[in-house]
Amino acid sequence: MSVTEAQLAPQSSGVSLVRIAPPKGWFALDLREAWNYRELLYFFVWRDIKVRYRQTVIGVMWVVLQPLLTMGVFTLFFGRLAKLPSQGLPYPVFYLAALVPWTYFSQALVNCTNIVVENQHVITKVYFPRLLLPVAAVSSGLVDFGVGFVVMIVLSLSYGVPLTRTALLLPAFVLLALLTALGVGLWTSALNALYRDVRSIVPFAVNFWMIASPVVYPSSIVPARWRWLYSLNPMAGVIDGFRWALTGHGQPPGPMLLVSAAAVVLVLVGGLIFFRRVEGTVVDRV
Amino acid sequence: MSQVVIQTEGLGKQYRRGLRTSSRTLRDALVRLAHSPLAALRRGSEDTFWALRDVSLEVHEGEVLGLIGRNGAGKTTLLKILSRITRPTAGWAEIRGHVRSLLEVGTGFHGELTGRENTYLSGSILGMTKREIDRKFDEIVAFAEIDKFIDTPVKHYSSGMYVRLAFAVAAHLEPEILLVDEVLAVGDAQFQKKCLGKMEEVSHKGRTILFVSHNAAAVARLCSRCILLQSGMVLKDGPTHEVMSAYLRSGLAVSALREWDAADAPGDEVVRLRCVRVRSAQGEVSETFDIRRPVGIDLVFDVIEPGQLLAPNVHLFDEQGVNVFVVIDQDPVWRGRPRPVGRYTSTVWIPGNFLAEGYFTVRAAVTTLATMNVHFDEPDIVAFQVIDSTDGDSARADYAGTLPGVVRPLLKWETTYEQGPQV
Repeated sequence: MSVTEAQLAPQSSGVSLVRIAPPKGWFALDLREAWNYRELLYFFVWRDIKVRYRQTVIGVMWVVLQPLLTMGVFTLFFGRLAKLPSQGLPYPVFYLAALVPWTYFSQALVNCTNIVVENQHVITKVYFPRLLLPVAAVSSGLVDFGVGFVVMIVLSLSYGVPLTRTALLLPAFVLLALLTALGVGLWTSALNALYRDVRSIVPFAVNFWMIASPVVYPSSIVPARWRWLYSLNPMAGVIDGFRWALTGHGQPPGPMLLVSAAAVVLVLVGGLIFFRRVEGTVVDRV
Repeated sequence: MSQVVIQTEGLGKQYRRGLRTSSRTLRDALVRLAHSPLAALRRGSEDTFWALRDVSLEVHEGEVLGLIGRNGAGKTTLLKILSRITRPTAGWAEIRGHVRSLLEVGTGFHGELTGRENTYLSGSILGMTKREIDRKFDEIVAFAEIDKFIDTPVKHYSSGMYVRLAFAVAAHLEPEILLVDEVLAVGDAQFQKKCLGKMEEVSHKGRTILFVSHNAAAVARLCSRCILLQSGMVLKDGPTHEVMSAYLRSGLAVSALREWDAADAPGDEVVRLRCVRVRSAQGEVSETFDIRRPVGIDLVFDVIEPGQLLAPNVHLFDEQGVNVFVVIDQDPVWRGRPRPVGRYTSTVWIPGNFLAEGYFTVRAAVTTLATMNVHFDEPDIVAFQVIDSTDGDSARADYAGTLPGVVRPLLKWETTYEQGPQV
């Protein structure tokens, strides 16, 4: 929609003039409008968190149990039995340091894929920038991530792996994970609104993605020749970087991270454009 | 001359038929793309239709505008475009001021959250700021009359409580421009009255309102100006009473007519119902009637097994579900006479100046009274609307407000007069 909004400061008594017309070619991303709706974004995130934590006690515990159980299984099969390398870290720490950000990412991506269709009742009745929904979807998982993060720190310390100054960089990697989930999620949520089977394809694809990421193995096992290709996977940079920032082990971020970051930016911008293009027709299809 | 707040020029919306049944999967799409990449790029001449076509209008600040028309006329589509929920295919619209839309009751409500939490969530979705909701919270709860239950999850509410809270939140929106779609068709009669009252309050504050409703009585009460839409185009735009008359003349029936094939006709081995229709004295099937004119209800039924005594009967209900009357066919021609095989058309005439304004539904049945054997009984089978065009010669005389009552007969008055002061 080519909307030009000559709007003064939000909630002012100034007159807002909005022009509604069919879209012509490309269009403004209009992020300023999304900013004006930030309070609604807060309510969407708040709603998701409230509803999730209103579940049973087991449901809440699952936030902690799931990565811990997975870590246990990995430690047994990939660590003790298969003896995959672990960058000199105790297996549990090695796996959990990857599982916490990975779990956040995979859940954020799945949530994001479904969010537009799940909110079809709302988007067919009220206007708000649809971009709010994917952003809310990837943001509400941060609470679960926070809980997992605390557990990870506790585990790490209890295994005698000290925190170093590099830990200050952890938020940067989390941000990268969020932007990756958002970037891919914009594509998948728009596609899901058009083709309903995307919803079942995504979890399937995420499983493969995990194998393509250094979750159960360190990225050092990838031959140096192929490492640039490997680092097109933004989560490779995230997981490696996360582990390094937390434990000080492994490779410090280098050109690989830059490649990952560039990939994220491309996917994100492409996703924003695709999402905005599809946005208008979604309402006619749900 | 107040400012133009909404202006549209040639607004149109085209839909592709079958778009909603997206049985399309990504896998199919990819396969199709692989097989014939060009075909995917070529826009085929699909089955399309225009839900809205060439709509140009101007709305001034403070106007209360009614949008009327049959189902499918394009009223909701127009509101959705003006609310920016869907994009137009052609034309443009310009809106000066903040728009809030009420297209349903309970937008954004989530069953797991409490009434309080839903008030904030729904209020925010509808466009209120958190501070605004804080300020109006007590008023909202009082309007909804659910004070004790405000902190219970909404999934435990009765449907009445749900509607009251949902509407209470929506009623406290203070937009410059309000777009309302049929939301008053919910709740009990007393609540509907409250909602209508609140809408009137909003209109008196100088807000601009676009109001879509099937309830022509409500539209007539609130709106000074009306737009009649038919098949996506503006048929008439003008003062309410003029447009209402045009509505009466243009009404083509759909819900006023119901027909069945022999295969699925309701009934038993004795009688089968083939058709029910509502029509005017001229024989025209219609969905809307002038309050002064008679309304005929036809029952067309086939008698397959001869020799029974049959009594067609019609039950009429108003919008609230109140039974207006039950009438049994006492036509002396067939009363007490066993029916031979054949097709019968029984018509019952409701006189003009008898029913009140509003929407009425018909229940049709044929019974053998002696044995109370009901051969068929079809509730809500057809419906029609009675409209008072306020020309002055119906029972409401010169009164323009709402009149209660299920019936509105034009009864005879007699007045005697004596000159001079009496002691």
